[in-house]
Amino acid sequence: MLGTSVTWGDVTFMMTGAGLTLAITFWAMLGGTLMGMVFGLIRAQSPWYVNHPLGAVLDILRSVPLLIQFILFNSFQSIAGLGMNPFVVGCVVLAAYTSAFCTEIVRGGILAVPATTRKAARSLGMTYWQDMRYVVLPLGTRVMLPSWIGLTLGVMKDTALVYAIGVIELLRSSQIIITRKPHEALIILAIAGLIYFIVSFPVSRLGAHLEKKWREND
Amino acid sequence: MFNINYTFHWNQAFRALPDMLEGALITLQIAVLSMLIGIVVGVLLALAKEARFAPLRWFANTWIEIARNTPALFQVYMIYFGIPAVLQLAASLFGIDFRALGINIFYLDSYWAVLVGIAFNNAGYLAETFRGGLRAVPPTQTRAARSLGFNAVDSFRLIVLPQMFRAVFHPMTNQMVWAILMTSIGIFVGLNTDLTGITQELNARTFRTFEFFALAAAIYYVIAKIVTGGARLIAWRLFRY
Repeated sequence: MLGTSVTWGDVTFMMTGAGLTLAITFWAMLGGTLMGMVFGLIRAQSPWYVNHPLGAVLDILRSVPLLIQFILFNSFQSIAGLGMNPFVVGCVVLAAYTSAFCTEIVRGGILAVPATTRKAARSLGMTYWQDMRYVVLPLGTRVMLPSWIGLTLGVMKDTALVYAIGVIELLRSSQIIITRKPHEALIILAIAGLIYFIVSFPVSRLGAHLEKKWREND
Repeated sequence: MFNINYTFHWNQAFRALPDMLEGALITLQIAVLSMLIGIVVGVLLALAKEARFAPLRWFANTWIEIARNTPALFQVYMIYFGIPAVLQLAASLFGIDFRALGINIFYLDSYWAVLVGIAFNNAGYLAETFRGGLRAVPPTQTRAARSLGFNAVDSFRLIVLPQMFRAVFHPMTNQMVWAILMTSIGIFVGLNTDLTGITQELNARTFRTFEFFALAAAIYYVIAKIVTGGARLIAWRLFRY
């Protein structure tokens, strides 16, 4: 291929890795977003003695390198004999990490809805959940969605670190090929970078577009 | 629920604390240097992105989009494997004798790969931050400065930059914390002098993975807190009216 010793087999191997990258991203975002919505709701409206401890725990997740979190949880689960495979460990840790960021996004989105708007909704006779569903959710989404898209892309890039616990995702697969064909390092890395870029760039453009469009209507 | 047949040996980890703190210094060193490079290059990229000369804009755009749309680890790899490959290519194409210049074209020291890779990443993210900061300063400020007799450079340096700095200070501290945490990926290119690298070496010798990495996590957390706390103090000192 292109006069190099990189074969289609290598590219297929990398595409399998890319599939794993996307799978981990999906599960981590699903788990992280669900947890983030719950924690975000709690953080937006609970008294300080709930809010502060929860905030401190989530802050730890954001202040310790993700790599270390992977290694720590992996060794913990083998000590505790949970018998999880590396893929599950990767998804769980990344979901917890994602939830810490998602919590702040959800909290910001809820707090961005003016208190007067919500009071108006309640005085029109809406219940708490009606207020949440018909007032806070549509207004908050405008604030939350662009950051959430950014978070998704960040998580996709962070999946590169599951390498540490032995999951063969995109970057790890290209590194394996590089150790076999060191003189082709540049072209292999270029293919890997291109795959990341092809996934990430359109989505980041979409996020920027949504943000701009919604700001114009404000 | 858990059936733990494992005795924790925290003493062993605490005995290694001085070594790990030494590693933390290297971690901080890489983070600070990569931030300094990132700030300078980031400002230049932010200006280049608004330049009238199109190739300059393309260059800045390419840099920023690669930095923001690929993993930091990929960028470190690109430097670690890529620079030697480019040098080898240059050596074979142009017949440059790098050995005479004292450059090893087959191997790049992992410290430099991490430093340059993270600086590249920082510059890309900071460029966008700075561009936002430049937008936050109204163009009337420049015009007012110019009409008061400031020249172009002075009006940028003395009027626009300080106001921009105020707007970007908070995102910059975030980037600094981010840079500190990012240095941990040095382990993937064989860096064994920073906090993660030293922890991994201790781990390989003792197999006390959990204890050592838990301690490392605590050290990273404390460093991150000191940086954010310090930044808050500086911001309070600098930006009060």
